[in-house]
Amino acid sequence: MANIAVPQTEYAQPRERGWYKRNEIAVTPWLFLIPGILFFMVYVIIPIFQSFYYSTLSWDGLGEAEFIGLSNYSELWDDSAFYTSLRNNIIWLFLYLLAIPAGLGIALLLNQTVFGIRLYKSLFFFPFVISQVVVGLVFGWFYDPTFGLFNIALGWFGLGPINVLGDENYVTYGIIAAGLWPQTAYCMILYLTGLNAVDPEQIEAARLDGAKRLKMLWYVVIPQLKPATFIAFVVTIIGALRSFDLISIMTNGGPFGESRVLSFYMFEVALSEYGFRMGYGAAIAVVLFLIMLVFITYFLYSMYQEEKGR
Amino acid sequence: MFPTPIEKSSPGAQIAYKTLLPISLLIWLAPLLAVALFSIKPDSDFTTGNYWGLPSSFEGFANYGLVFTSDMPRYMLNSILITVPTVIGCIVLSSMTGFALGIYKFKANIWVFFMFVAGNFVPFQILMVPVRDLTLDMGLYNTIPGLVLFHIAFQTGFCTLFMRNFIRALPYELVEAARVEGISEWRIFWYVVMPLMKPALAAMAVLIFTFIWNDYFWAVVLTQGVESQPVTAGITSFNAQFRAAYHLMSAGSIVAALPPVAMFFLMQKHFIAGLTLGAVK
Repeated sequence: MANIAVPQTEYAQPRERGWYKRNEIAVTPWLFLIPGILFFMVYVIIPIFQSFYYSTLSWDGLGEAEFIGLSNYSELWDDSAFYTSLRNNIIWLFLYLLAIPAGLGIALLLNQTVFGIRLYKSLFFFPFVISQVVVGLVFGWFYDPTFGLFNIALGWFGLGPINVLGDENYVTYGIIAAGLWPQTAYCMILYLTGLNAVDPEQIEAARLDGAKRLKMLWYVVIPQLKPATFIAFVVTIIGALRSFDLISIMTNGGPFGESRVLSFYMFEVALSEYGFRMGYGAAIAVVLFLIMLVFITYFLYSMYQEEKGR
Repeated sequence: MFPTPIEKSSPGAQIAYKTLLPISLLIWLAPLLAVALFSIKPDSDFTTGNYWGLPSSFEGFANYGLVFTSDMPRYMLNSILITVPTVIGCIVLSSMTGFALGIYKFKANIWVFFMFVAGNFVPFQILMVPVRDLTLDMGLYNTIPGLVLFHIAFQTGFCTLFMRNFIRALPYELVEAARVEGISEWRIFWYVVMPLMKPALAAMAVLIFTFIWNDYFWAVVLTQGVESQPVTAGITSFNAQFRAAYHLMSAGSIVAALPPVAMFFLMQKHFIAGLTLGAVK
């Protein structure tokens, strides 16, 4: 008997690959998404729907909740404080948008290459980094009728003194001005980045064609800044509708509730000395959410168009 | 470059520009400079009406010293204990969601992505009552973990948007090449994609740090005492304690604002890169 070395002709079958291995590319994204989606569902998505439900209840947050249908909404319909808040929200929305042209203006001013310009840019951006609580405090003193810089400056023109935060006609505008300070800084940094990427050849070509300053800005530069403008618009609208910190710090809604906005009024109704009316607060929040939803839909639609374009 | 470089304009315009620049900066930052001035003044200056003159004596050390012997250090510590875990949690969750949404093509991709984006835009008030309730039910009301969990969840929306767009911009061939080599998907995540994400993670970390440090609304909704409130909420109780003591309130505000400011100046490049992501095509 001879042991002849025969070349091996049979190989062990590769072991049956596991289910995971076979479906790896389809399954992996979901494994990676699960923790994030779970957190987001529990703390963000589900609470939105819960708020809709709460808005049909009469509930103090502790005791028995009573289903009252749309009564909270019909109460809102006749609530003058609600209309004041809604009016102020609209003022906020429009005036806050001034941050966009103001930011563009400062960005154009600073888009130079003189000595130390980088430091200037950071220092102009500075207000955005500070918390709104501190901004509110600082502006509260700025408007102070006895020693505030604002009234000192008015005095130079023979005007004032005006107690901005104590006057129901001025108070909302005064708070918005404080909010515009950091928001303008944010828009400025967006535009500075945008201006960096403006195509120099187009500028030169337009210059040869005789385009000057404003025409150049309007027809050549601003169209190229469109992505920056979109982001500035998104963050400014959201910022305007989220305004809460400044109002809470500067006036606490006063005088006579004249500086309330929906976000603040909602908080007041649900969690402060006006009593814990969770249902009524949720109804106000739903209204605010629906206003926001108009913008969210528009933002998502724009993003969707862009995604398709890729 | 637009506008025309100043070097190309007349000498008069150049001088005007260079003098107007510092003046406009001073006006822009006037409210802050005022606070800085207040914070080194003695108490007596305010009672004698010397608001804007030079301090009659330098009391910076005394004022800031008093801030540090109050509750402020505790509030600062709370802020750190809230902010740092939130940043870590957000990075972990969103690098995973960002990877999943940025690399894989599947039908629900865009809808999951839009869910995160849309959720990130909602007004806080629509979440307030249910989240407060949930936090109470979990026994986490007025605790640091209660606040941290919510912040992680909410910021995941923004961070997913951020990471997903960043990962989208990476060269996809890298992933394909790795797959051809037979490298498993989670290894691609860890060894191929993550190392390229370092700048994005840095940018995101500084942004989230600043957002969370400056949060006031949720601090008021979910916490209420010195044992768990962050410095933004703490500063209001500090101010109530020292009502009309402008020198102390100023010093307190500056201390409270300092960490994000320091973060900004140290990590400026990352900070701005993060904020302006998407501002340029």
